[in-house]
Amino acid sequence: MTTSLSGAAAFAPLTISDRLAKKALRNSKERVIEFVLFAAACVSVLTTLGIVWVLVSESYHFFENVPIWSFLSDTMWTPLFADARYGILPLLAGTLTTSLVAVVVAIPLGTAIAIYLSEFAKPAVREAVKPFLELLGGIPSIIYGYFALAVVIPLLQLLIPSLPGFNMLGAGIVMGIAIIPYVSSLAEDAMRAVPMSMREGSYAMGSTKFQTAIRVVIPAALSGILSAYILGISRAVGETMIVAVAAGMQPNFTMNPMEPAQTISAYIVQVALGDLPHGSIGYQSIFAAGLSLMLMTLVLNIAGHMIRRRYREAY
Amino acid sequence: MSSFKQTALAAALIVLGSQAAHAQSVVKVDGSSTVFPVTEAVAEDFQKSKKGDIKVTVGISGTGGGFKKFCRGETDVSNASRPILKQEMEACAAAGIKYYELPVAFDALTVVINPKNAFIKELTVAQLKKMWEPAAQGAVTNWKQVDPSFPDAPLKLFGAGSDSGTFDYFTEAVVGKAKSSRGDYTASEDDNVLVQGVSRDVNAIGYFGYAYYAENQGKLKAVPVVNKAGKAVAPAPQAVLDGSYNPLSRPIFIYVSEKSMEKPEVREFVTFYMKNAATLASEVKYVPLPAKAYETAIDHLNKKKLGTVFGGEAEVGVTIESLLSREAKL
Amino acid sequence: MTSADSAGLARIIRRNKRGDLIFAIAGFLALMIGVLTFLALFLQMAYAGWERLTPDFFMNFPSRRASQAGILTAWVGSLLVMLVTAVSAVPLGVAAGVYLEEYASKNLVTDIIEINVTNLAGVPSIVYGLLALGVFVYAFGFGQSILSAGLTLGLLILPVVIVATREAIRSIPQYIREGAYALGATRWQVTRDHIVPYSMPGILTGVIIGMSRAIGETAPIITIGALTFIAFLPEAPIGPDFPWVNFEWLKSGFTVLPIQMFNWTSRPEEAFQQNAAAAGFILVLMTLAMNAVSIWIRYHLRKDIKW
Repeated sequence: MTTSLSGAAAFAPLTISDRLAKKALRNSKERVIEFVLFAAACVSVLTTLGIVWVLVSESYHFFENVPIWSFLSDTMWTPLFADARYGILPLLAGTLTTSLVAVVVAIPLGTAIAIYLSEFAKPAVREAVKPFLELLGGIPSIIYGYFALAVVIPLLQLLIPSLPGFNMLGAGIVMGIAIIPYVSSLAEDAMRAVPMSMREGSYAMGSTKFQTAIRVVIPAALSGILSAYILGISRAVGETMIVAVAAGMQPNFTMNPMEPAQTISAYIVQVALGDLPHGSIGYQSIFAAGLSLMLMTLVLNIAGHMIRRRYREAY
Repeated sequence: MSSFKQTALAAALIVLGSQAAHAQSVVKVDGSSTVFPVTEAVAEDFQKSKKGDIKVTVGISGTGGGFKKFCRGETDVSNASRPILKQEMEACAAAGIKYYELPVAFDALTVVINPKNAFIKELTVAQLKKMWEPAAQGAVTNWKQVDPSFPDAPLKLFGAGSDSGTFDYFTEAVVGKAKSSRGDYTASEDDNVLVQGVSRDVNAIGYFGYAYYAENQGKLKAVPVVNKAGKAVAPAPQAVLDGSYNPLSRPIFIYVSEKSMEKPEVREFVTFYMKNAATLASEVKYVPLPAKAYETAIDHLNKKKLGTVFGGEAEVGVTIESLLSREAKL
Repeated sequence: MTSADSAGLARIIRRNKRGDLIFAIAGFLALMIGVLTFLALFLQMAYAGWERLTPDFFMNFPSRRASQAGILTAWVGSLLVMLVTAVSAVPLGVAAGVYLEEYASKNLVTDIIEINVTNLAGVPSIVYGLLALGVFVYAFGFGQSILSAGLTLGLLILPVVIVATREAIRSIPQYIREGAYALGATRWQVTRDHIVPYSMPGILTGVIIGMSRAIGETAPIITIGALTFIAFLPEAPIGPDFPWVNFEWLKSGFTVLPIQMFNWTSRPEEAFQQNAAAAGFILVLMTLAMNAVSIWIRYHLRKDIKW
């Protein structure tokens, strides 16, 4: 091999076998790395399979004793009482109602905060405030539960005198506050990543900050914002302690947030850490409940996925 | 020496110093959160008395979770707020785990009302049943319906969650069948929440363990319950000991596996437990058993009286003497 | 332009500016709700638990006497568990996110993995605990140890890290990649040298949110066997004999701050409520300290990214 400094031969050509050898090595290294990354992605699939296996194998015994039809249609859930009834509807209603209240609180507040921080606030304010918001998610959910019980619900009772001491409204509101960091931090990240050039074009046309935010930034960051929403909603559905403490522990088939109720996750914790013998049908009911929850979130997620697909914008 | 070397040497010395050569003997306890306060007190004092040579760990997986681990041989001692049930007995038998059942204290289930409640002087089991039975759901919502002499006021009920031993025992004692209860009451796992609920509502009535009443006597009023002999008895340690506060006195237990008892550290711990449970239980506001009971328990340990005296089912209103004299079965 | 036109224009401009101002106020109020709620909770815990915040509190083991009960085992346990969580969730989550964004082709399999990840975000934490009990504690034989707890929480926060990584990578303009490919870089070189560094701030946000959640969890940890009373520490990782660093602490029994709090709040004695408040205060401080490093790195990286 010769090297010379003349222009054409500045990059001395390697012999064929060397060059191919280097490329092959590169390729095989690339393939190994790709495989490693693929394996990492598969861990999440394995986790789901594991969870599904645990839930299904225990629910199987449960469904041997309880017909699926009554599970899906009975309006009372009293598996731990002497006269056991196994209808999942009350728990589903409780989960949906509390999640709905939480989402109604978290999404508008979180989005408003995200827009404010990314478009309006000075950088110093933004960097100082963001950690505090993220710390909102770091407060243990038990504290939130007691906060809901001891502060929020009495405040609500001032507004609505007939409100019972445990209810889904107080629990849902506090749950929404706990979820704000999910929505605001991730949405703000997505909005920040929109190139300045797009905003500058909009300002050049005479738009105000708010108009730019709504018409330019949000559509461009929509994928990230929707991901933030979906994560927030998922967290609301899976939240346990806040509802366990503040919404009362009695399954109640109602969508009225001013009543007490129980969610699927609160029920699972109650029984898993309680005094029931493991292996009894009351214990296995938690797996059937967990399975229903997973199916419900699966439906919501598929819907969310389709929506995101349609609205993703490339720039 | 440079300051870096000094710090490094100091750090190494601290680490080495903290690595005293301890024999890693650990006594593993798990189970009910009701029995936890007593076991914690015993474990704390035991560890102090052994100067850290024997370590004790206590978990709160619940009576059910505790038995599951116990019957797999993972724990040495299981805290239980109810006797071992048939299912769990079978699991233990299948795994070859034999056990001793040792009552450690009494928990007096206390019925409480708001201090401003003036119309209740005592309650009978029949009245409690009317309030709590399944048929009362949606139907009995007013004090007047429980007894015509009570005022016309809404009935606000507070009670234990349906997965707890407290719930099981109360329903068995009051309604006659375990877990047989109305569903529309305010339930909570955390008895402090129930305390808050009853203390804030004039028309409220609730039930929970004696310790929570004892710590909040300013905010609550305990209701004397009419016992089997027809006398209204208020919950108090003496009344539980002499058996007059019934049927709401329930024994709480620890179960120790035979295999674990062969380990000297477990044997020492359990003996210490029996010797000191009386003082420590009163400290945490449970009712200790009579001294003779603990001596009999140690005697049973020595004589290898294995098994449970309850036959795998719950029972209400047991006196401690009858408990100790019964035949045990694995 | 006629004067009528310019008057109309001025009206529109005024209205838009008003809209801007109204939104700025609304956004600020929303922000204040979040920040004030946090401060209210945090300060309330500090106020209620103030008496207990003595050096003894940090160095004492749990006890039945509230004044003597401390959080030594709890904060050490939390720290060690968080270490394992971070080490397990962050590399795995970033690797998975990178794969899904850079390497995977847009086919059904990728869609399924995507839906699967967001679905996992909605599973209640206790179900992870039940899964981990069967898999980590029994099947893999890790026992009721810090390792099992860390892995369980790692799985719990994996979806958040993956989603944050993906969104961060998605926000990198295409021309960065194109420029690198044009120079002959391989996919891995583009990823390692450009994609990952530029998406670090977003990844760190996901890590911060995930770890904040993990440090406050109780239910799954109790399920896999975290203790409530444990009056001794795991073996120190640095020892006097070769090889000087050991991993015995991974196999040790443990407890964490939220469990200690949970236990103390459900005790009848008033004094324990003070302990619980003090422990909660320390927990939030620990979360902040844990996140501080990530926040600082994020801030510095963000400053340099200009597009």
